[in-house]
Amino acid sequence: MKRVYANEKWCLGCHLCEYNCAFANSKEVNMIKALKGKKIFPRIHVDGDNSINFAVSCRHCQDPICVKSCISGALSIKDGVICIDHDKCVGCLTCILVCPYGAVAKGKNGVVQKCELCLENSCGEPACVKGCPNNAIVYEER
Amino acid sequence: MSVEFLYPEFEVVRNDNRCIACRVCERQCANEVHSYDPENGIMLSDETKCVNCQRCVSLCPTRAIKIVKSNCTLRENANWKDATIKEIYKQANSGGVLLSSMGNPNQLPVYWDKILINASQVTNPPIDPLREPMETKVFLGKKPEKICRDENGKLKCDITPQLELSMPVMFSAMSYGSISYNAHESLARAAKELDIFYNTGEGGLHEDFYCYGENTIVQVASGRFGVYKDYLEAGAAVEIKMGQGAKPGIGGHLPGAKIVGDVSRTRMIPEGSDAISPAPHHDIYSIEDLRQLVFSLKEATEYKKPVIVKVAAVHNIAAIASGIARSGADIIAIDGFRGGTGAAPTRIRDNVGIPIELALASVDQRLRDEGIRNNVSLVVGGSIRSASDVVKAIALGADACYVATAAVLALGCHLCRTCQSGKCNWGIATQRPELVKRLNPDIGSKRLVNLMTAWRHEIKELMGGMGINSIEALRGNRLMLRGIGLNEKELQILGISHAGE
Repeated sequence: MKRVYANEKWCLGCHLCEYNCAFANSKEVNMIKALKGKKIFPRIHVDGDNSINFAVSCRHCQDPICVKSCISGALSIKDGVICIDHDKCVGCLTCILVCPYGAVAKGKNGVVQKCELCLENSCGEPACVKGCPNNAIVYEER
Repeated sequence: MSVEFLYPEFEVVRNDNRCIACRVCERQCANEVHSYDPENGIMLSDETKCVNCQRCVSLCPTRAIKIVKSNCTLRENANWKDATIKEIYKQANSGGVLLSSMGNPNQLPVYWDKILINASQVTNPPIDPLREPMETKVFLGKKPEKICRDENGKLKCDITPQLELSMPVMFSAMSYGSISYNAHESLARAAKELDIFYNTGEGGLHEDFYCYGENTIVQVASGRFGVYKDYLEAGAAVEIKMGQGAKPGIGGHLPGAKIVGDVSRTRMIPEGSDAISPAPHHDIYSIEDLRQLVFSLKEATEYKKPVIVKVAAVHNIAAIASGIARSGADIIAIDGFRGGTGAAPTRIRDNVGIPIELALASVDQRLRDEGIRNNVSLVVGGSIRSASDVVKAIALGADACYVATAAVLALGCHLCRTCQSGKCNWGIATQRPELVKRLNPDIGSKRLVNLMTAWRHEIKELMGGMGINSIEALRGNRLMLRGIGLNEKELQILGISHAGE
């Protein structure tokens, strides 16, 4: 299955992926309208310091501990992609606690949000990868 | 403000209606122009530090930034131009030599733009390169004067070593140190994929790039940085750098700040020491001395590799080239006065040397007149900007062209001309690790391959239009060129007729 992989060697720490992610999931067609003056809740996060950076998003584990731990059945696996049903999420945050990668986060409504590879939103392919200026995030089969 | 104050050259214009305060500009500017004001949630800019490299403009996701020329003007004066006055101020402030980077930006004639190319009509048919074969391959090196046969009548094929290029363009010398590891890797990988050559410059060859040796020209300059047996053996050819178009008469200067880690090891000099190449080669004071170095290098490489002698285009270039052609060199590389550099004294860059077009035409003519044109191949550089410049150079008599500025542009350079600061935001002319990694060689080499592939298509189209299907048949074919707006003397030196003649 194609997944999003970070390549820390080429990550500039520019954080563009976070903004592209927030925009792609905003349901707006204009980035300025979507993000201007708003706190963003991206599903990918750039970690690191001045010398090394990398972008962290859901690994879509084959045996995902988040899905196992979900008490409300909001997290499920669809064709290998770990998806979240926002209507079912009760905001217990157990998934955040158990995710070994820190890839799950609280969204703006208190419920959890996570990377779903942009398969359901307007972008259609991972927006973080598409907008990365240095090929530091790739979407590929490994 | 004091007498030292100079109003910033550029203004950062930020459209606050578009800015989403993502701070990408702030994170990407090594000059620290941009900053974030958390109190008001807005971006601020300090344009005194801006060099107009356009990195922020290119990466801004909402196109909220543009950089414009400041219109704060001194009183207009045709004699004392704005730039001239400011240079005086700078020198009065610093007491130092003015430094500049990249090629001469002044308004001096570009002869390529005053030369027009022919096309076939009616009497001889043009050729369609998409339908018919078209040859852009060239061989560089000494060519045999006549066909020789052995006692059995078989052709003698033991000619001197040649460089085989898939197209008549190579990446010219840029040293590791003046440009980054990733820039070198991009050039090396692209040269390999394109079946052409790149040039190490005078800073030695990084151990990781010995694997690209077949597509590498190794340079020996007056500083002899990084030169040893394995280095000479690693390359496909050895280039002796006598001069550089951007700064004829002086050697390369790399400040100690850039001599870090691998650069120091590759150059074989201590970390932090300035790499100042002497102006002359201290063992070369005549053509005979040059001949000795040419043959020393040939001896060291067992006569398996052609030797290139690179000189800057200067006033007496025809006589100099004639001497080099008799020195045993296989290839002469001539670098015109618009050639780029990582750092040069401004006065030298802007005032020393001559245009490559005139140098090429006079050298080719001189070597032909003296019957020694086949002794050497001619490679020209110094602002070859496009496929049409290549075609014009070939028709004026060059065997191939060297490009470097065009290559770094492909890698992302925006010609801000501040390479000397070492803070290249595009990861090219810098050794700071956090900046170097901005140039991913996967992307860089691909862009170089794209550029050269595009040029090769255009060269074929232009050749086809002239009814020529082999680049060899174009070389020195000056009847394919006409001058426009040139005087008699210029036409005479270029050896071409005026348009309409």
